[in-house]
Amino acid sequence: MTVKTLKIDGKDVAIERGATILQAAKEASIPIPTLCFLEGVTPAAACRMCLVEVEGSSKLLPACVTEVAEGMVVQTNTPKLQEFRRMNVELLFAEGNHVCSICVANGNCELQDMAITVGMDHSRFPYRFPDRHVDVSHEQFGIDHNRCILCTRCVRVCDEIEGAHVWDVAQRGEHCFIVSGLHQPWGEVDACTACGKCVDACPTGAIFRKGNTTGEKERDRAKLAFLVTAREKHQWTR
Amino acid sequence: MDKIRFATVWLAGCSGCHMSFLDLDEWLIVLAQQADVVYSPVGSDIKDYPENVDVCLVEGGVANEDNLELLLNVRKRTKTLISFGDCAVTANVPGMRNMLGGAEPVLKRGYLELAEHSPQLPHAPGIVPELLAQVLPVHQIVPVDIYMPGCPPPADRIRATLEPLLRGGNARHGRPRHD
Repeated sequence: MTVKTLKIDGKDVAIERGATILQAAKEASIPIPTLCFLEGVTPAAACRMCLVEVEGSSKLLPACVTEVAEGMVVQTNTPKLQEFRRMNVELLFAEGNHVCSICVANGNCELQDMAITVGMDHSRFPYRFPDRHVDVSHEQFGIDHNRCILCTRCVRVCDEIEGAHVWDVAQRGEHCFIVSGLHQPWGEVDACTACGKCVDACPTGAIFRKGNTTGEKERDRAKLAFLVTAREKHQWTR
Repeated sequence: MDKIRFATVWLAGCSGCHMSFLDLDEWLIVLAQQADVVYSPVGSDIKDYPENVDVCLVEGGVANEDNLELLLNVRKRTKTLISFGDCAVTANVPGMRNMLGGAEPVLKRGYLELAEHSPQLPHAPGIVPELLAQVLPVHQIVPVDIYMPGCPPPADRIRATLEPLLRGGNARHGRPRHD
């Protein structure tokens, strides 16, 4: 195993080749905020919360997919990054219709938590109020596209852990949305096993169990980690 | 020390933020000793927003012409304007009508399409204020000094925001964490 050494926020870190900056930072107990990242499934670099500055690169790089390199010098928390992260969260709020007060995930939402982490108390961008839909055709679950931040965690857990690939990403830009099956109502997608992993993975209240009302959404996030460990390390108990 | 001139206004919101304000309970007595309530739907019966107000809590989004006119007066006549609660900060539930488009589709939806008996559009110029095309958060109309999110903001958050202002201190240092 080849080891790479690098500097993160002035701290010397050594980690195996092929690891990402996010893994190296975690190893060194340096927190980097993430939203779309989910342990056990392929990183997507969709949310841009984990952008870091790397010396010699004119672009900001997403820590979740950028591999470490020998002698790399990384900054994770400069004033510029703090400002960009706050702007990023404001844009996520302005893009969809995030009405926390009537949301199943109110008080138990990673987007809300992130707003607090980055010190956002209002959006400096005008809200778009897009016309989005709610699909409650599934017997047990619903998806409210108003609350979706397109992190694609549902797409990845369904494909990589459950192996059903019910979800995918349709359209581009402002029309982008999470699509079920061949653009069918969720309840009509035969591939869905009703396992609920997408509910557990969703950071907001976009995918929820029916019958949940405001603030009632609970996730079994540990189930996802357990399944990945079971598969990779053959540990079958929880 | 002189009392501060204190006001609260209620735009497009459910008044829940004002109810939360009343949840300050006995601290309201402390507040009353340090503040003159010069305008408030729950604390005075004065109809016109006065001049030279020190601190104003603004509840609600800006949904109609009355809201807009009052808010412009509030900004002109107030030193520290606090965007009070989620409707003021984000447009929140009142803002959900924005997804239908402008005022006309909203009125048609509410008074014609969903009406069971005698559907008709409200029309009483000078009495029923005209809707604005969109419900907007307060800071999209006028500059805001302090943001106090929450639906509603709990009483201890309201107190933590107001206390430094009563002492004449810097408001921003008194801004509570919104968790």
